Amino acid sequence: MGSRERVQIVLAGADEHDLTKLAEFRKAGGYKTLANARKLEPQAIVDELLASGLRGRGGAGFPMGRKASFLAKDTGKPVYLVVNADESEPGDFKDREIMFRVPHRLLEGCLITAHAIDSKHVFIYLRGEYSHEFEVLRSALDEVREAGLLGGVTVVIHRGAGAYICGEETALLESLEGKRGQPRSKPPFPAVQGLYASPTLINNVETIATVPAIVERGGDWYASLGVENSAGTRVFSLSGNVVNGGNYELELGASLYELIYRIGGGIPDGRKLKAVIPGGSSVPVLTAGEIQYPLDFDSMAEAGTMLGSGAVIVIDDRCCMVQLGLRVAQFYQHESCGKCTPCREGTRWMVQILRAIDEGRANHRDLDLLLDVCDRILGKCLCPLGDAAAMPVASYVTKFADEYRQHVDEGGCPFGGESSLDGVFAPVDQHTHAPVAEVPA
Amino acid sequence: MTELIQEIRAIAGRYPETRSAILPALHLAQERNDGWLPPQALEEVGTALGVTPAYVQSVASFYDMLHLEPVGRHLVEVCTNVSCALVGAQQVVEAFQRELGVRPGETTADGQVTLKTMECAGGCGWAPVVMVDHRHREPTTPEDVPAVLQELRSG
Repeated sequence: MGSRERVQIVLAGADEHDLTKLAEFRKAGGYKTLANARKLEPQAIVDELLASGLRGRGGAGFPMGRKASFLAKDTGKPVYLVVNADESEPGDFKDREIMFRVPHRLLEGCLITAHAIDSKHVFIYLRGEYSHEFEVLRSALDEVREAGLLGGVTVVIHRGAGAYICGEETALLESLEGKRGQPRSKPPFPAVQGLYASPTLINNVETIATVPAIVERGGDWYASLGVENSAGTRVFSLSGNVVNGGNYELELGASLYELIYRIGGGIPDGRKLKAVIPGGSSVPVLTAGEIQYPLDFDSMAEAGTMLGSGAVIVIDDRCCMVQLGLRVAQFYQHESCGKCTPCREGTRWMVQILRAIDEGRANHRDLDLLLDVCDRILGKCLCPLGDAAAMPVASYVTKFADEYRQHVDEGGCPFGGESSLDGVFAPVDQHTHAPVAEVPA
Repeated sequence: MTELIQEIRAIAGRYPETRSAILPALHLAQERNDGWLPPQALEEVGTALGVTPAYVQSVASFYDMLHLEPVGRHLVEVCTNVSCALVGAQQVVEAFQRELGVRPGETTADGQVTLKTMECAGGCGWAPVVMVDHRHREPTTPEDVPAVLQELRSG
């Protein structure tokens, strides 16, 4: 696993100690902040979170303190804290490392946050595929329980069963209630009617694991790290055509160039950088000429993309951008829950058009049609899954327009079977084990 | 009442509403039924949680990890999402195909191994990623494939 850089908050101490063990975590100061936090008024903790400027680390970047402030008060119903540990965004593997290396930091964050929102019930919705992480987390929770640290709070680790959509907060709640994981219409927002129609705070693993440091050292201290509107550190997941893939905790505002070349060791095999996906497969792509942008919320927006979940995927010059579009579209087609027509049908259309372009069966109007389909998905569904397919693919078609046109003009892939993504086998529909039917022409 | 039903009811006790236990119940039922969910298991889960078998099936069919058809004794899943594909996942799939003589989605004739491709397994920086019986094995290159299968067969 990679070396750590500069300020460490979420992964602090994990290189030196086995922080999966309660004794080691306590020696490093763990759970002291919990004891202190429980002496504070809940609102005092929320105030620190507000002052810290901590924004959600799952992808949307909503300020945590504000989200906590929205919780409906005095409803007579229990308040729930739900941790979104359903990490499934392609390129993202940071929450997994947080859970298998510093599970107690997550649990301490859960218990402090529960106190801050006056909740006695915590659910950690853990991605089903993360079975090792489940065991690590469960044994950490057993230690916490035996040490009497729960303070009357119940913590349930709930395993998902393989559905990307359950990372969307309302789909997650449906799944946790024992249903198919299909998103709900909002409003009402979870802060008002979430789990079991009760006020619910939902935050990502990394967000919650940051809470102990903020409460220990103060919101102002945290706000002093990073850059304006992007306080603190983030655990960036670096992958793709890069020498040193791994998770790296860096202050926000670090440069993309530095992450890829200095920390990541650059592009292997003497290849050239072609493109970078800066925030997980759902965000628009950056070209090799656009990596001067710093990694923070505002700079990424200025670059026309998003910081998303902090997953940086590096792409070298062997990659065909049509095949990249096809593979990304196939993923979102597979993961579409089917509830909203533009997403369910649109992702399928995207796959078929992209396949036709890749195989040299498309004409120039198909390129327009592809962008048109993207446009007809964007912003037209209950949840952002359809957008997550449309935004990146539209950016490939736009930014690598010559390459797309070349496929049409030359009647096929100009890489001639030498693209790094050539022939990649996407999962077929897992439930039917058969290819889906073609949309009639 | 079967042992499975009793165990599921105990799990359901952790939740404010019984139906929330359906995923843990299905995981458990699958473990007890050679890795898949035969109709009998769906019925037991339904009985334990007070819902119909049809409802249980409607939920089970939504999730990739829940199998409504028999699978091999071992499950080998190769991630072919972007980060893995960029560094040779396809060659890993081909190596497994060659060694096992089956395509993704199929099970070897002796019922030992089901080969699948999967969406992002969450190990992108340590790619190519393969999950063997739900354990990450990273990286797994085409050269590693014979050893992976040797381990499975001797395990």
